[in-house]
Amino acid sequence: MRYSGFQVIKQGLTGNKGWKPVWREPEPKKSYDIIIVGGGGHGLATAHYLAKKYGQKNIAVLEKGWIGSGNIGRNTTIVRSNYMLEGNQPFYEHSLKLWESLEQDLNYNAMMSQRGILNLAHSDSQRDAMARRGNAMLLSGADAKLMTADEVRKMVPFLNFDNARFPITAGLLQPRAGTARHDAVAWGFARSADQHGVDIIQNCEVTGFQMKDGKCIGVETSKGKIKAKKVAVCVAGSSSRVMEKAGMRLPIESHVLQAFVSEGLKLTIPGIVTFGAGHLYISQSDKGGLVFGGDLDGYNTYAQRGNMPTLEHVVEDMMGLMPFLGRARLLRMWGGVMDMSMDGSPIIDKTHIDGLYFNGGWCYGGFKATPASGDAYAHLIATDTPHPTATKFRFDRFLRGGMIDEKGSGAQPNLH
Amino acid sequence: MIINHPTLGPRDAAEFVHLGDATLMNRPDWQAEDAVEQFHEYLYQRDNPAGDYRELWYHEQGDRSWLVVTRNTLTHEITDVQMARDVAMQQAKSS
Amino acid sequence: MTDNYRLPESGKVDRSKPLNFSFNGKDMVGYAGDTLASALLANGTRLVARSFKYHRPRGIFTAGSEEPNAMVQLRSGDHTEPNTRATVAELFDGLTATSQNHRGPLNFDLMAVNDLLSPFLSAGFYYKTFMWPRAFWEKVYEPIIRSAAGLGKLSGNEDPDQYDKGFLHCDLLIAGAGPAGLSAALSAARAGARVILAEEDAIIGGRLNAETHEIAGDSADVWAETARAELAAMPNVRIMTRTTVVGAFDHGIYSAVERKTDHLATSAGKPRQVLWRIYTKRAIVAGGATERAVAFKNNDRPGIMLAGSVRAYANRFGVATGDAVSILTNNDTGWDTARDLVAAGVNLAAIIDTRDMAPLHSFAGTSIIMGAAVADTNGRLALSSIKLTNGQTIKTDCLAVSGGWSPNVHLTCHQRGRPTWRDDIAGFVPGGELPVGQSVAGAANGDLSLGAALNSGHKLGNALAKELGLTPTKSQAAKAADEPSSISAFWHVAGEGRAWVDLQNDVTVKDIKQSQAEGFRSVEHLKRYTTMGMATDQGKTSNVLGLAIMAEATGKTIPETGTTIFRPPYTPVAMGTLGGRARGKDYAPTRLTTSHEWGAKNGASFTEVGNWMRAEWYAKQGEAGWRDSVDREVIATRKSVGICDVTTLGKIDIQGRDAAAFLNLVYSNPFLKVPVGRVRYGLMLREDGICYDDGTTARLAENHFVMTTTTANAVLVYRRLEFVRQCLCPNMDVHLISTTDAWAQFAVAGPNSRALLSKIVDDVDMSNEGFPFMACANVTVCGGTPARLFRISFSGELAYEVAVPARYGDSMIKALMEAGQEFDATPYGTEALSVMRIEKGHVVGNELNGTTTALNLGMGGMVSVKKDSIGSTLAKRELMIADDVVRLVGIRPVDKSMKLDAGAHFLERGADTTMDNDQGWVTSVAYSPTFGHHIGLGFVIRGHERHGDIIRAWDGVRGKDIEVEIVSPHMYDPEGGIQRG
Repeated sequence: MRYSGFQVIKQGLTGNKGWKPVWREPEPKKSYDIIIVGGGGHGLATAHYLAKKYGQKNIAVLEKGWIGSGNIGRNTTIVRSNYMLEGNQPFYEHSLKLWESLEQDLNYNAMMSQRGILNLAHSDSQRDAMARRGNAMLLSGADAKLMTADEVRKMVPFLNFDNARFPITAGLLQPRAGTARHDAVAWGFARSADQHGVDIIQNCEVTGFQMKDGKCIGVETSKGKIKAKKVAVCVAGSSSRVMEKAGMRLPIESHVLQAFVSEGLKLTIPGIVTFGAGHLYISQSDKGGLVFGGDLDGYNTYAQRGNMPTLEHVVEDMMGLMPFLGRARLLRMWGGVMDMSMDGSPIIDKTHIDGLYFNGGWCYGGFKATPASGDAYAHLIATDTPHPTATKFRFDRFLRGGMIDEKGSGAQPNLH
Repeated sequence: MIINHPTLGPRDAAEFVHLGDATLMNRPDWQAEDAVEQFHEYLYQRDNPAGDYRELWYHEQGDRSWLVVTRNTLTHEITDVQMARDVAMQQAKSS
Repeated sequence: MTDNYRLPESGKVDRSKPLNFSFNGKDMVGYAGDTLASALLANGTRLVARSFKYHRPRGIFTAGSEEPNAMVQLRSGDHTEPNTRATVAELFDGLTATSQNHRGPLNFDLMAVNDLLSPFLSAGFYYKTFMWPRAFWEKVYEPIIRSAAGLGKLSGNEDPDQYDKGFLHCDLLIAGAGPAGLSAALSAARAGARVILAEEDAIIGGRLNAETHEIAGDSADVWAETARAELAAMPNVRIMTRTTVVGAFDHGIYSAVERKTDHLATSAGKPRQVLWRIYTKRAIVAGGATERAVAFKNNDRPGIMLAGSVRAYANRFGVATGDAVSILTNNDTGWDTARDLVAAGVNLAAIIDTRDMAPLHSFAGTSIIMGAAVADTNGRLALSSIKLTNGQTIKTDCLAVSGGWSPNVHLTCHQRGRPTWRDDIAGFVPGGELPVGQSVAGAANGDLSLGAALNSGHKLGNALAKELGLTPTKSQAAKAADEPSSISAFWHVAGEGRAWVDLQNDVTVKDIKQSQAEGFRSVEHLKRYTTMGMATDQGKTSNVLGLAIMAEATGKTIPETGTTIFRPPYTPVAMGTLGGRARGKDYAPTRLTTSHEWGAKNGASFTEVGNWMRAEWYAKQGEAGWRDSVDREVIATRKSVGICDVTTLGKIDIQGRDAAAFLNLVYSNPFLKVPVGRVRYGLMLREDGICYDDGTTARLAENHFVMTTTTANAVLVYRRLEFVRQCLCPNMDVHLISTTDAWAQFAVAGPNSRALLSKIVDDVDMSNEGFPFMACANVTVCGGTPARLFRISFSGELAYEVAVPARYGDSMIKALMEAGQEFDATPYGTEALSVMRIEKGHVVGNELNGTTTALNLGMGGMVSVKKDSIGSTLAKRELMIADDVVRLVGIRPVDKSMKLDAGAHFLERGADTTMDNDQGWVTSVAYSPTFGHHIGLGFVIRGHERHGDIIRAWDGVRGKDIEVEIVSPHMYDPEGGIQRG
């Protein structure tokens, strides 16, 4: 069924009783050409691009719970490509370009809304670091504007300019950045993949890998053994637990990142703002809730929940920057488990085991990467060569000294 | 969270700074032939267990001691806390 | 009087204290003890709000914090507070409230056109349209959606109230002071436990306040007051009313919000709310249960309320919720409403019980219809009549609905708890793993009768006291009726038309069925697709109903379909409360150096450096701008002498027999053979071989070193050193202490620095032989004040740093300036410091940015390969030592009049502006008054081989593209003769 305004009207006039399932609920076949382990945003996107762009057939996505139940279902919805390093920037810009035509590609409105992201600087050296980043963005074809304090004030007059502990000195704006309706991204990719013949199998947990002569030939699941020519793992948040079943240790730790949403409010914040003297990113959803977050809690965990000190710290940042939000109320808080890698950048690579592929280590930047991650992973699985924008996301970069460390925090995941 | 400090008693985890896996105490031999590989394993590769995890916390807002805390990464239950220096001395003795 | 619906006698409001208030500009009167909701109902106001999506007229639905409908804009001006539930807002004299989320007047909301369009606005419609043409989403569709979104409004100005935070410790926290909570508090406190009893409401008693129960043969009120008095008299009990426990966190830590002044007309300078972090050994959740509705066509009109709330308004507030009230119930508690209303003198039109059984009671003049339900309702802005499934129509202006009670399991599932279904009460009870130390009592645990609640609380209080090592007393639980209330699950009335499940978000039975048909069958998919339970009430009255309807649609049982869990906070919490006092200038601590006051009096402009404030320059009269001051300071320093406060540099005292060996491990360059009385520059790497910090370390005695770190890394370096000491070298005899704040330190730089310091320092041979470059010593100054003297230079001049105990810092700057008068000594700030270090080619944070190696910085030779040091092994990795890595260079504009900017990227002349052509970037720039033009530092691929080359500093974000010459980074006195002189 093709979605359109016409379809909505037609169905509305007939009691909305004609809507069809957005995806099938197939039983797993005995074997597939490609099995994607993990029905999150990246796994579903990978399936979509494999089937639609790389002409692959006979694909299954296996999801332990319900599709979209990972970090695509629990993030602060920000899409941007304001990266600095050569290994990252072209990839994220590729992603942003895919976002810009995603709805038409998927025939699904994920509400990508390019309202801009404004990073605030609070010192001259922070401003200069932003200039370096902004220039890197321009060099890779992205958009960036360095703004003076006065220009920032004109654009977002509601920030604390006059009584700030750390006055705003400048800002880096990426106008094409924005937000998207996170769940809808998963659903849109799932629907498209399904329409291209991909079997999406929910409530199917992968419990092990089938190996033969050092090659991965399939998976063991809660619904039985399934053979595959290629097995592609895509389970950020659980990467270490899954890859351990293949005997691999990863340069990844699991950490919780909390996210927060306020009660619905009439429009107060037009775009996305980030605070440079603390750690806060905030935007307002199309429903009116303020969606915001900050740092990791800082300790390793697999629990999808955090603790009070982080919440208080994040809101202190908010009140430092936007004291007019004092009477808005926090409605809900939740936590997502992040694959925190050792340099803050992801891995999309073949493993040392034939037929076994890996995609993970997205830290807390995975949402914006969803389309490009799917495209690049699909490219790797289909052609066995890395996508041109993802050539540096390799396992061996740590052994070879080619870290992609945007923040310069070194091999300590909770600092990235 | 609350960490039961071996000498100071229960303290809020907010007084501490978290570093990571306690294996960071086992720094390899710089003169080993495969020293780069060993240091790579030591610094970058992690077991990252879902369950009991030995980790390093630093009591920055306190006595500045490093602690080895055994904590479950699924439930956050803490079952053991030791002074890291004591652990390191025992390791040095037994190696 | 306007409060025509106030009952003559019943209720606990204080009729001797009338309070004036206004709603939408209309003046009304209520009483002390009213909520805004009860006062509005007493005044006959039914329509108070509009729903989120369809803008349907809405009234007051509940009498508590679970309210989905009656949200108002409370107070005015900067104090205005959006989305306040009228059902929990305590009335005060002069209260003003307005309705929210409508265009035009509340009774004629223009946005109600959405209601007519509702067939096209079903679940998830927005995912299926607004895609063409592509540009229209942001330009047309989304702006329309965003302008309609949201509920209430913020004032836009800073919150005028203050907030506080506090910490509490107890043996036992009890959340909820209803019958179960009070019983538990009594038994635990009598055993000696330190108890905190937190109650969301302004008064103790919980549901007892809304009922007409008896306990121990007396009115439940009397029992509750006796219990309160007994607890209040005990020193080991703290009763906190207006305090909501909002979250259960790890290791028995709970967060609670106490509303201090929300019930008053003004905060009068006191904190409005307090955020408590409560550390508990045990906790009892005694939060009661929340009633839920039944879904039927048009079940959302003002006047349709929960039956228990209708009872609460009559019993507690003395308010009749209508002229002719009807009741729809599937359980016995609906009949309690009937009984209480009749007793209070409210006209009861009908009782409709969905159960096909004999009526529980009969009431004169009241129709009783068993085995039927409500099929539809009428009334545009308020309920006027209902139509039953048997075809009968009943005129009624209030329909009290009871679909059963859902235990308040919220705090039990803030961690891993997954509630489990109990068929006998048709509700979820706490299940799975509860938070450590947490138990549940009373209705929250599914004990829905009063007797059972009292008993469970009493038993639990005793049991927990015993666990805590206390001896319970022999007291008995108070006795009360213990007849279980019977329920027969009934969720919705089949039929055409819209039947609401989530009132605030306008989620109907149809939406849930459509969600099922489209494959969104998991509970989480259902919530996300329909937005059910995502409103400000988090689905307290609707989630179970929605789940049951989904179960029915899929042909599964409720437990098979899933469970509903809740996230913190239990009720929404103001940001101001969570932020506490960290606002404005108090957002972070402010650290001042000892010369701050002197600087402020001498023209200093200060800048934030971490939490420190440092002088950036000292303006003199007649100077047009900061550049004048900085240029003057640089020139004066290079010509004569300048003085700079460098106190903020980290200082770490290192002592012990193994101090030198320790330093030899933490620094990449050798430290074993530093002579006593000498300073050495040290380069510190991370274990990954990246440069971390640098600084000078002085050997004051054989086993005594003083390390300096950069200002930014003072805390981090100290932390690392302790890690190395305790975790890597536990057997070394070495001890560390941070002395950053203990010493005030000043750089004295320039050709006249020796002459100046000779006047200050006591009895030291200051000659170049007596105190050469990189010498250090413990000395005294100004006739006996202890001090440390270092001959080190960051400016490239003949220079010293002198440190005195912090309490002499203020005197020291004055003494230095006075002694320097004859040399025209000039104080200089961080800007002049920066200019001179760039001229000299010293690196700071701009270059030591956490990604650069010693090789990048031109200090590859400082990483000794003859010893073990942190980072030296991994610094050898292939990509870090490749030929084409970037190297530190100096730059100067080819056209000397051009200004340079940091952050520009290097490109070859004629190269396209692409990432592939990127050659590096500019890290630091300054106007050099010494050279008379701009200079800079930067990293260029193979830069060390390219001195003399011309390259572009391309700065797209500033619209600049400047040719620069690559030079050595050491632009000022490259041989170093001056600083050694």
